[in-house]
Amino acid sequence: MQEFVEFTLSGLATGMIYAAIAMSLVLVWRGTRVLNYAQGAMAMFTAYIAFTVINHTGSYWLGFVAALMAGLILGAAVERTVIRPVTGKPPLNAVIVSIGLLIGLEGLAGVLYGSGYRSFPPAYPITGLSIGSVALGITENDLFTAGAVLAAAGLLAAAFRYSSVGLRLRAAAFSPGVARLLGVRVGRMLTLGWALAGLLGALAGLLVSPGTFLYPNSMDTIFVLGFTAAVIGGLESPVGAVAGGLILGVVLNYVGGYLGSESVDLFGLAALLLVLMFRPTGLFSAAPARRV
Amino acid sequence: MAAVAGLAAVSMTAAACSSSSSSTATSTPGITATTITIGSHQPLTGIAAPGYDEIAPAANAYFQFVNAHGGIYGRKIKYIYLNDQYNPSITTTVVHQLVLRNNVYAIFNGLGTPTHLAVAPFLNSEHIPDVFVASGCECWNAPSTLPDTTGWQLDYVREGKILGSYIEQHFKGEKIGFFYQDDEFGQDGVKGLSDEIPKSQIVSEQNYNPTNIKIAPQVAALKAAKAQVVVSFTVPAFTALLKLTMLGLKYSPQLVVSDVGSDPITLAGLLASFAKNTSAGFGNALTQGIITDGYLPSLGSTSDSWIQMFKRIHDQFIPKLPLDGNVLYGMSVGYTFVQAMFKAGKNPTRQSLINAINSGLSQGVSVAPYAYSATDHNGITGAYIGVIQNGVLVPSGGVLVTDDSATGPVTAYTVAQPPAPTSGIPSP
Amino acid sequence: MPTLARHLGIAIVAAVVLLLATNSIGDYRNYQLTELAAFVVAVAGLTVLIGLSGQISIGNGAFMAVGGYIAALILADLNWPLIAILPAAVVGAALAGAIFGVAAARLRGPYLAGTTLMLAVALPSVATRFQSVLGGDQGLGFFVTVPGSVGSNVTLIHWQAWVSCAAALVTLVLLANLVRSRVGRSWRAVRDDEVAAALAGLNVARLQILAFVVSAACAGLGGMLLAMWNESVSPGLFSLTLSIQLLTAAVLGGLGSLAGAIWGSAVLVLVPTYLENLATSHGMTATTSSSVPILAYGVVLIAVMLAFPSGIQGALVLLARVTGLQQLARRAAGPLAWQSRRSVQSRPAAESSRPESESSRPESESSRPESESSRPESESPRPQSQPAAESHEKGTL
Repeated sequence: MQEFVEFTLSGLATGMIYAAIAMSLVLVWRGTRVLNYAQGAMAMFTAYIAFTVINHTGSYWLGFVAALMAGLILGAAVERTVIRPVTGKPPLNAVIVSIGLLIGLEGLAGVLYGSGYRSFPPAYPITGLSIGSVALGITENDLFTAGAVLAAAGLLAAAFRYSSVGLRLRAAAFSPGVARLLGVRVGRMLTLGWALAGLLGALAGLLVSPGTFLYPNSMDTIFVLGFTAAVIGGLESPVGAVAGGLILGVVLNYVGGYLGSESVDLFGLAALLLVLMFRPTGLFSAAPARRV
Repeated sequence: MAAVAGLAAVSMTAAACSSSSSSTATSTPGITATTITIGSHQPLTGIAAPGYDEIAPAANAYFQFVNAHGGIYGRKIKYIYLNDQYNPSITTTVVHQLVLRNNVYAIFNGLGTPTHLAVAPFLNSEHIPDVFVASGCECWNAPSTLPDTTGWQLDYVREGKILGSYIEQHFKGEKIGFFYQDDEFGQDGVKGLSDEIPKSQIVSEQNYNPTNIKIAPQVAALKAAKAQVVVSFTVPAFTALLKLTMLGLKYSPQLVVSDVGSDPITLAGLLASFAKNTSAGFGNALTQGIITDGYLPSLGSTSDSWIQMFKRIHDQFIPKLPLDGNVLYGMSVGYTFVQAMFKAGKNPTRQSLINAINSGLSQGVSVAPYAYSATDHNGITGAYIGVIQNGVLVPSGGVLVTDDSATGPVTAYTVAQPPAPTSGIPSP
Repeated sequence: MPTLARHLGIAIVAAVVLLLATNSIGDYRNYQLTELAAFVVAVAGLTVLIGLSGQISIGNGAFMAVGGYIAALILADLNWPLIAILPAAVVGAALAGAIFGVAAARLRGPYLAGTTLMLAVALPSVATRFQSVLGGDQGLGFFVTVPGSVGSNVTLIHWQAWVSCAAALVTLVLLANLVRSRVGRSWRAVRDDEVAAALAGLNVARLQILAFVVSAACAGLGGMLLAMWNESVSPGLFSLTLSIQLLTAAVLGGLGSLAGAIWGSAVLVLVPTYLENLATSHGMTATTSSSVPILAYGVVLIAVMLAFPSGIQGALVLLARVTGLQQLARRAAGPLAWQSRRSVQSRPAAESSRPESESSRPESESSRPESESSRPESESPRPQSQPAAESHEKGTL
């Protein structure tokens, strides 16, 4: 029973990270119809920036803020320079470009910082928590992770729904032509969407790096699973992204715990195929409206 | 059809660009009047790199020292080590490159058990000396099938037996759990441990795969089995991950770690950021009390002649690297290679190097003698138990030696280690 | 001259050239040539899948693994001769491709891409899951020996180069014929407009699955050759990195072009080591120099996609045209049909020219500069396509 509780709670904590990645992928997809394969690599890069700041100033929170800022800037920069030229072209071009970005960022991180494994500080202690004598399998840092991701998701949802910028973002994503006619600067909104996605990714990178050590490829598996979570949840739906992330995190943790770590990836593939066979556009997406 | 023509075109270009094939007719490959060229495959990046990436530079530092003092009968050692990222398929590629393109005389200190297993058959089929493999797998002790391959470090079965006998004596009746890398490295260690620890005490055996860093389920299983002592045959990155995961699960058994994954400085580096956030306080606190073994003099023994010699060489040639267990390992195995090359004679051939090792090497830098003979390609035969205190390995008790068999006893070895040569170079 | 005869003729000439070359370039270059040919086989299959049938796969490394492991298991347990193992690996991988194709038949765009990505990550872990049979991370050995009939002068590496090149030539000839056949044309029709193709009577699902089967078969053969070259199979040989490398080789070389498969594979095999050695010789330590080729790769990929979407082959064709080698350009541009999709979107007139014979190629080739310059305006045409895209998930990503 204790094991089950430990697996569930730590699975939720990991699931939060997947949810963050999944949300940033959904943000980018809805806004620009591009799937950003470099989302994890961008998160890794901003984590390196945080690492540098933390080591120079000794303050974790300064590095935290620096990473988030860097995420915003990196997202915006990538959209303007590399993604803008390929929107509207065949989708494969955007896929290749973002894969090129993924590889390039990993190479750049390796050249600038070396590819050695770095110890990355957590925000809060990593000793296990317990209620009385029952160890919960999660740490204060895990609670912070969950809180940060939920807060970010909540803030974004609120911003989308209640602010005028959010309205413009949604309009630009839903119908750029009409939005333009109504005075929305569609180009700027796309850049903003990428910037916010970069922020979410940076958050995910900060939260996950303590447990995996920081090195150029550290976000690769996290990204693949976050991607899977987004696809399972449906790329059109931010709620789906969060749900997909949490479900995947918990289920994969059970698989790893009860069946062994080697079965985890296979299970992820099986889950993906199963979901997509019955709902080809994910659990929470609307089914395609046009068929011939 | 352009495609097919293209394939032909590429190969024509390759033909134009290539140099003449194969080595000079008469002399041994890799040996000239002034140089000896050797090669190695090392994990310079990737999961096994923390710590291990210092070994080859350290060996090279020792070679540079020897080169500066006359070399080996006037020949300088040229050491080419290539990165295989601890990936056996890349190991095959770089070793082929070293043999086919760089024409090395021998492969020296190839690192890693799964990695080296991928190339040992190839090297033996080409009769290339494959000496002092940086792995303690029993697999290298196979003179009939792998005559050109020899080990060097304390092999994992022996190490398991030495650690196991210590546990059997000092942790009587306690529950023991194993955490090991799921390949020959970990499996050999477990074999040795099981030879000495009573079966009734072993409550859980968990393994991990170096490509998968999620080890929480295994640690949870160890905790659920209530293991009070966890013996870990892990590379340094996974020792660190083990410690972190145990913290997260509020589980603190006594840790006993294999020598390959217990270097205090490497571990402290990997755990540095976390120390601030635990109640313990300081960086070394997370490694405090780890039991391990050592087959080279302890770095804490600053008056030891070997440590002084290596420290001088370290300060002169590789001052930027920390003077830790990996650097000590690299320089020690480099020293042993120089020993063997001197024994191979003034006009070494590939066979003369193997013959030199087969006729036995005198004990040098290790605390126990070598096992080398025509029928035994194992290296160091014993070690002392030590505990990590304040970031330094402190020996506790004397040197213990044993053999590979399941029943061979673990006995004390009381002969003192010979001192280091004053010149720093082994006598020819 | 009938297509098959022409292709066979060229293949025979190339075979003779390669035979002479392998006899003189020495073991190290033969070693590299074996690797190159193995990649050519796999990349050719992938470039047909992506360039001709319009389906993206970031998971062909998994099919290479299937072929490689089948070959290793057969050699270890049944000890068949190489000539029998080859088709077994191909058939096995083709079967895997069929299964996956059926499972993923309804998927489009990013959903298909995501599934292939997960396939690439998950399939190698089968080896660790079933460690006793498949060898786990250590893998299985795959030791091919030179048959006695060949003679004792031929080294193992030399023999492997022959086998690999022969397999590559056969694959290229078969693919070249397939590309120019009715199946090839049907693929292009589905790629360009799935709905129209379905209305014209083509069985879209079957064609998509067939494309997967063909590319998986090629990948399986390439995997077997790679295993032979590496003398072992292991999850580390068939990692996600490999799948991405195949994709980038296909793109760099020129999507849809078989010659592009060769250029892309050559870059893949030869450039990274060169760059890394260059970096180390300039004083970089191993931890940084190993990242230099990776950085270069990423930058080149982005640059190629932004400036030269039709890759090296496209650049060569352009060069040939510019220097007046029109004939050569016409022949070479044959399967380079990816670009015609873009010209379809902006110039409906080009659509009607395509069902005609190959000689219409120069017209659609020369239409490209116009479609290039129309791109900046695409910002505004996009709103019209956007509502359509919202309501039907068409993108053949």
